[in-house]
Amino acid sequence: MMSISPKALALGAVVTLMASAAAAHGYRSGVLSIQHPWSRETAVGQAVGGGFLTIANSGTRDDRLLSGTSPVAAEVQLHTMTMDGGVMRMRQVTDGIAVPAKGSVELKSGGYHLMFMGLRRQLRQGERIPVTLRFQRAGNVTVQFAVQPVGSTGPMEGGHASH
Amino acid sequence: MQATDPEPFEPAETADNGSPRWILWLVVLLVLGVLAAATLTRGGTGAGEPASGYTNAFGGPFSLTAPDGSTVTEKTLAGKPYAIFFGFTRCPDVCPTSLARMARLRKQLGPDGMKFSIVFVSVDPGHDKPADLGNYVALFGTPIIGLTGTDAQLEQIKKGYGVYSAKVPQPGGDYTIDHTAAIYLMTAKGAFAGTIDTQESDATALEKLKRLIG
Repeated sequence: MMSISPKALALGAVVTLMASAAAAHGYRSGVLSIQHPWSRETAVGQAVGGGFLTIANSGTRDDRLLSGTSPVAAEVQLHTMTMDGGVMRMRQVTDGIAVPAKGSVELKSGGYHLMFMGLRRQLRQGERIPVTLRFQRAGNVTVQFAVQPVGSTGPMEGGHASH
Repeated sequence: MQATDPEPFEPAETADNGSPRWILWLVVLLVLGVLAAATLTRGGTGAGEPASGYTNAFGGPFSLTAPDGSTVTEKTLAGKPYAIFFGFTRCPDVCPTSLARMARLRKQLGPDGMKFSIVFVSVDPGHDKPADLGNYVALFGTPIIGLTGTDAQLEQIKKGYGVYSAKVPQPGGDYTIDHTAAIYLMTAKGAFAGTIDTQESDATALEKLKRLIG
């Protein structure tokens, strides 16, 4: 990891785009860094899409992802998914997702994720969609989710699928 | 404030709420059991064995609607082996991953890839209309038969395939659906030939498909 500039941050802090190379995209807001936010392309008329990202907290106090908003969706929800004896169970998380101090949380395929509910339009491969994440301590952080091929299971920076 | 121990960096695996390890082992045991049953049936002498009775009863008749509005039954699919699984288009993860995986495995089989059909059944007729399902499966770049039906029609096929699915209300008034994620492999005559599990490797899944179409 690169060194952290000790930037004093107010609520709703300034977000720094960390990526210099096209190889990756990430954001930093105070002690939080957000890596590789991505989503899957959707079909015409598809009302829902998922969102994935990694949130790292270099600070000494726990933070919490509470909710999100996006112009492309009526609502952004937090969900969790588990496999239970071969049965997939998805549940809305209403009390937020912990981002532990000196730690990180992955919203990834097979676990926590964002759900874009009531999509206002189709998500197309290659585009980026703005999503504002609301944290208990860090406040609002706006990041761009890369829309990847529907078959993606993880972040694929550079915009090409593994086929 | 509590005294803070110098904590090592905590990997994300422990931070997310993945299933405990014993569930994984349970799944492994279940899959092994199903495979053993399938192997016994394939290699068995047939009549009189309980396992073959089970195989013959698996699947069975069904009637569902294709994206173009036409009716698809077990007879429509007969004549070609098929991989069939159940989900819904709002499923964030398992469904697109499984669909993309089947498309990828088909591609890896080369020309033989079209010797089996891929069938995706939406168990969410409340949200997924047949035409929506057609648009959804078209994303995966290979012919996939997307089917759904009335609640009664879906109950029939779920019963036949031993699939569990249930609507679960969500805080906002909407609902989500819990469902069995396994992929069922069926012969050209509609007999059960095994499963592909979400956890197993592509290499294993590919061998199963080769055996299915071989």
